[in-house]
Amino acid sequence: MKIYKRTLTINNSLMNNLKLIFSSLLITALIMSCSNDDDNGMQNTVDFSGTFAQQDQMGRPAVNTVFVSSSSKDMFNTTVPSQQSASFQTMFQTNLEALSPAYANPGDTNALGLDSATFTGLLATDVLNVSLDGTTTFYDGTNVLTGRALADDVITVELLLIFGGEDFSENPGLSNDNVDENDKPFLTSFPYLAAPW
Amino acid sequence: MKNKKMIFGISILALVGFFLVSADHIDAPAVQGGSSDITDFYAFQGENTNNMVFVANVQGLLSPSATATAMFDENVLIEFNIDNNGDNVEDLVIQAIPRDGKMYFFGPTAPTTTGLNSNIEVSTVPSSVDISAYGVAPTISTNAGMSFFAGPRDDPFFMDFAQYSAIIGGTATSFNNPGSDTFAGSNVMSVVVEVPKSMIGTSGTINTWVESKRKQ
Repeated sequence: MKIYKRTLTINNSLMNNLKLIFSSLLITALIMSCSNDDDNGMQNTVDFSGTFAQQDQMGRPAVNTVFVSSSSKDMFNTTVPSQQSASFQTMFQTNLEALSPAYANPGDTNALGLDSATFTGLLATDVLNVSLDGTTTFYDGTNVLTGRALADDVITVELLLIFGGEDFSENPGLSNDNVDENDKPFLTSFPYLAAPW
Repeated sequence: MKNKKMIFGISILALVGFFLVSADHIDAPAVQGGSSDITDFYAFQGENTNNMVFVANVQGLLSPSATATAMFDENVLIEFNIDNNGDNVEDLVIQAIPRDGKMYFFGPTAPTTTGLNSNIEVSTVPSSVDISAYGVAPTISTNAGMSFFAGPRDDPFFMDFAQYSAIIGGTATSFNNPGSDTFAGSNVMSVVVEVPKSMIGTSGTINTWVESKRKQ
C-alpha cells in the first residue's frame, strides 16, 4: 500500500495542487485499506474526501447585512478576512455615512472615539476579536470587543456605535431596538443554548 | 386610498419577507435560506474559565414544526477559524462535518491550506457526537478535554428586525418601546464546541470567524 501511494504521488508531482491530490489519495488509500473491515468503524470507513469551497462566512454580527451593498454580499462572503479591508473599507464608509450622515462631518466620532474611516476600517475585517484572558463580551459597559457572549445585546451596541454619536446620546429613537434579551433563558452549562421551541 | 394602503402594506410585508436578514441570517443571495447559510457566530469563555466555547448556527428561522425534520447537509463543512498572531489568516481550524447521524470534529489543528478551499484534516483523529434529535435532551460527547454538541436549538439571536426594516424602508422613523423580537419562537441548527484555551493560544487576543464550505 505504501509503495502504491508513493508511486502515484510521484506521477502527479508535476501538477500544481499537489497537496490536494496527496490528501485525496491518502483518503482513498485509507478507505481502500479498510474496505474489508467494516466492523472497524469510525473515520477509516467514513468518506471525508473532496475539496470544500467557501460559501458563507461571519465574524462580527450583522456586518455583511448592514455595511455591504446588495450586489457585493456574495463577494464579501468569499473574500478572505486578510483582504476584506482593502477591498471593502471604502464601501463600508460610504454606506455608514448614508445611514448616519453625522459621520460625514469632519472630526465626528462614535463613543469609541473612532471616526468614519477608522470605524469602517475596523469593521471591514470581519473577524471577532476574542480575549483569552478573561471576560468575553461584545460590550458590557467596560470591556469592548473581547468576544461575543450569547446574552450580549449586540444589535443595540451596533446601533449605538452607528447612531449614538460621541456619548450614546444622539438619535435615541434609532440607537436602541428595545429588545434587550433572548426569548428563552440561556443555560449555564454546555451546550449553553436553550432547547428549541 | 384603501387599495393604496393595502398594496403598500403588502409590499412592506414582501420587503420584510425577502430581506429578513439580521445577524447574518439570509445575508447573501448565494446562501440565503440554504443549508450553508450561517445565521450567527459566538465565541466566549466557558463555564470552566480555562475553556473557550465556539458556536456556529445555520439554517435560521426554523419554525417548531419544521425543526423535527431539519438536517445538517453532509456536503457542507462548518469551519471555525482561529488567527492567533494578528494577521487575520487562520493558524488553526476546527472542522465540523456531518456523516450518517453523527457530527465529526477535526482539530483544533493547523490547516493544510488556508483560505477559500479546504480539505478535511483527515491526518488528525476526529471526535464525534450523535446529532441530537428534536424534542429530546441534548446529546453531548467529550474527548481530550473538549465537549461537542450538534442539533436544533432556540435561535439565541434577538432583534426587532421588522422595525429596523421599516426604518430602513422609510416607513418608520424610530424603534418602538418595547420592541418586538422578530426571532422569538424560531430555531436554528447549532454546532457547539468547547475547547481548552491551551489548545488555541496562550494569552492575548485571537481573531476568529466561521465559514461554511460546500463540497465541490
